[in-house]
Amino acid sequence: MTDTTRGASTAERVIVVGAGHAGGTLAALLRQGGFGGLITVFGQEEHLPYHRPPLSKYFTDGQPVKWLRDPDFYAEQKISFLLGQKVVSLDRARKTVRTGLGDEHPYDHLVLATGATPRLLTLPGGDLNGVLTLRNLTDAQHLRSAITTDGALAIIGGGFVGLEVASAARNRGTEVIVLEREARILARVASEQLSTIMTSLHRDRGTQIRTNVQIAGLRGHNGSVVAVQLADGSEIACSSVLLGVGAIPRQELALEAGLLCDQGIIVDDAARTSDPAILAIGDVTRRPVPGTEGHRRLESIPSAVEQAQQAASTILGVPQVAPEVPWFWSDQFDLKLKIAGIVAPESQATLRGDPATGRFALFHHRDGVLSAVESSNSAAEFMAGRKYITHQTPIAPLRLADAATSLRDCVLV
Amino acid sequence: MPIITYILPDSTERRLEVPTGQTVMEGSVRNNLPGIIAECGGGCSCATCHVYVDAAWAHAFVEANDDEAALVEFADGACAESRLACQLVVTEAADGARVTVANN
Ligand SMILES: Cc1cc2nc3c(=O)[nH]c(=O)nc-3n(C[C@H](O)[C@H](O)[C@H](O)COP(=O)(O)OP(=O)(O)OC[C@H]3O[C@@H](n4cnc5c(N)ncnc54)[C@H](O)[C@@H]3O)c2cc1C
Ligand code: FES
Repeated sequence: MTDTTRGASTAERVIVVGAGHAGGTLAALLRQGGFGGLITVFGQEEHLPYHRPPLSKYFTDGQPVKWLRDPDFYAEQKISFLLGQKVVSLDRARKTVRTGLGDEHPYDHLVLATGATPRLLTLPGGDLNGVLTLRNLTDAQHLRSAITTDGALAIIGGGFVGLEVASAARNRGTEVIVLEREARILARVASEQLSTIMTSLHRDRGTQIRTNVQIAGLRGHNGSVVAVQLADGSEIACSSVLLGVGAIPRQELALEAGLLCDQGIIVDDAARTSDPAILAIGDVTRRPVPGTEGHRRLESIPSAVEQAQQAASTILGVPQVAPEVPWFWSDQFDLKLKIAGIVAPESQATLRGDPATGRFALFHHRDGVLSAVESSNSAAEFMAGRKYITHQTPIAPLRLADAATSLRDCVLV
Repeated sequence: MPIITYILPDSTERRLEVPTGQTVMEGSVRNNLPGIIAECGGGCSCATCHVYVDAAWAHAFVEANDDEAALVEFADGACAESRLACQLVVTEAADGARVTVANN
């Protein structure tokens, strides 16, 4: 709390587009860092920022919305929210944004935190009632009522969000079938070993999983979906369909304004775009990741928070904190998964623990150095693994494989 | 209302009233104190709410469960006084407690 007036003298103006996890966190961090200028956050949704992870995990159980901050917080911190207002264009030369209502707002620093939107499939029947996606609170409310009614839920796409919904629905006794185009679920986001373990877990709990499936369309009755039609001519009866085939970055504003984009707004490790007055954070970005080449989309809370910190440091003009090994979590049934790092090509996997007990960790390593750890109900393995990845600590895979050997005795230093 | 003293990463102290039933993490986030990031929102998943509870106050909070203990064991700067602030529910017994926020 040293310089509490920074920004005040010049009334610096920060505009944040997107009142999600990244945008809400950034606004708070700016005040925390002593920013005294104006902070205005535009949000297309009618809501203040909330936690999205529970939407696929606990919301269908009837848990209330988990707000990112208490509603009074923002007023006390002098952070203005203009909710239900979509920003429709940027004028980089004049440094203004324009909203759907036609108002223009000037900025000194603009932060794009527009997140991502579910990928839609252009399928016959894709617009039938009962065909759902899951990104926001309204979606989750629809999903909640879909899951609590009779009839099967077909989930197209076996990614983390889809599998979390599958477990929440199975916990309620709903019939669930997961239809995956690839040869395995979690193909883009987890190792083959973890896919195998999660496939048998979900099957044991009564979820049907079909891989290598081509969807031909959706069949309706009286305007509501009643079946998924497969390319082989067969049909799967259902009363609702969740499309869980990934999310695409909402980069339209940036693209139209001529910022460098490549399936995501390209940013550096200080959250800067190709325009020095414009930063971008969260799911809308493609960002550098320590220990890997090029830029990636991370789509996780830890990444959104890290980038919010980067943007705050850039705006405040203070040094950046050291980059973090990427990580995220997922809860499915009684498994708390935590995954850190990015599995390096040609790496080997060492399993510690027993998947049948739900307690295990997969360590991915090459030449005795870890690149990733995928853990379940094994917080110590996760934390140790993340540390060893950060410091490139040499490890002894054979010792890691023996759950009786203490994690500290698995390092070679 | 119980008063909790937070010792921040830059060594300054902040005394806050935290309603009973809320956690030490929630008290910090509500007041926008630096240090406690709370990425997972209190789900005992992220360890970004690492604090040290002064030994004299350890008993003012319920003991760590296995999950918390395992998460904290390998957190940067972990020691015997390490706790996760999202697991520290404030009761009248915690009135006056002192917690040092780790450099998360
Ligand atoms: C169901 C679900 C479960 C998840 N579970 C996990 C998990 O367990 N762990 C994890 O780490 N991550 C999880 N994630 C990912 C995590 O929620 C995202 O990474 C995070 O929300 C990204 O934050 P963001 O602010 O970039 O985007 P968002 O939170 O999507 O926020 C962007 C906001 O910007 C608004 N917006 C967009 N365009 C405009 C515009 N032009 N004008 C005004 N407003 C606009 C949008 O309406 C939206 O509210 C999950 C995501 C979902 C959907
Ligand atoms: S807030 Fe994530 S572990 Fe405490």
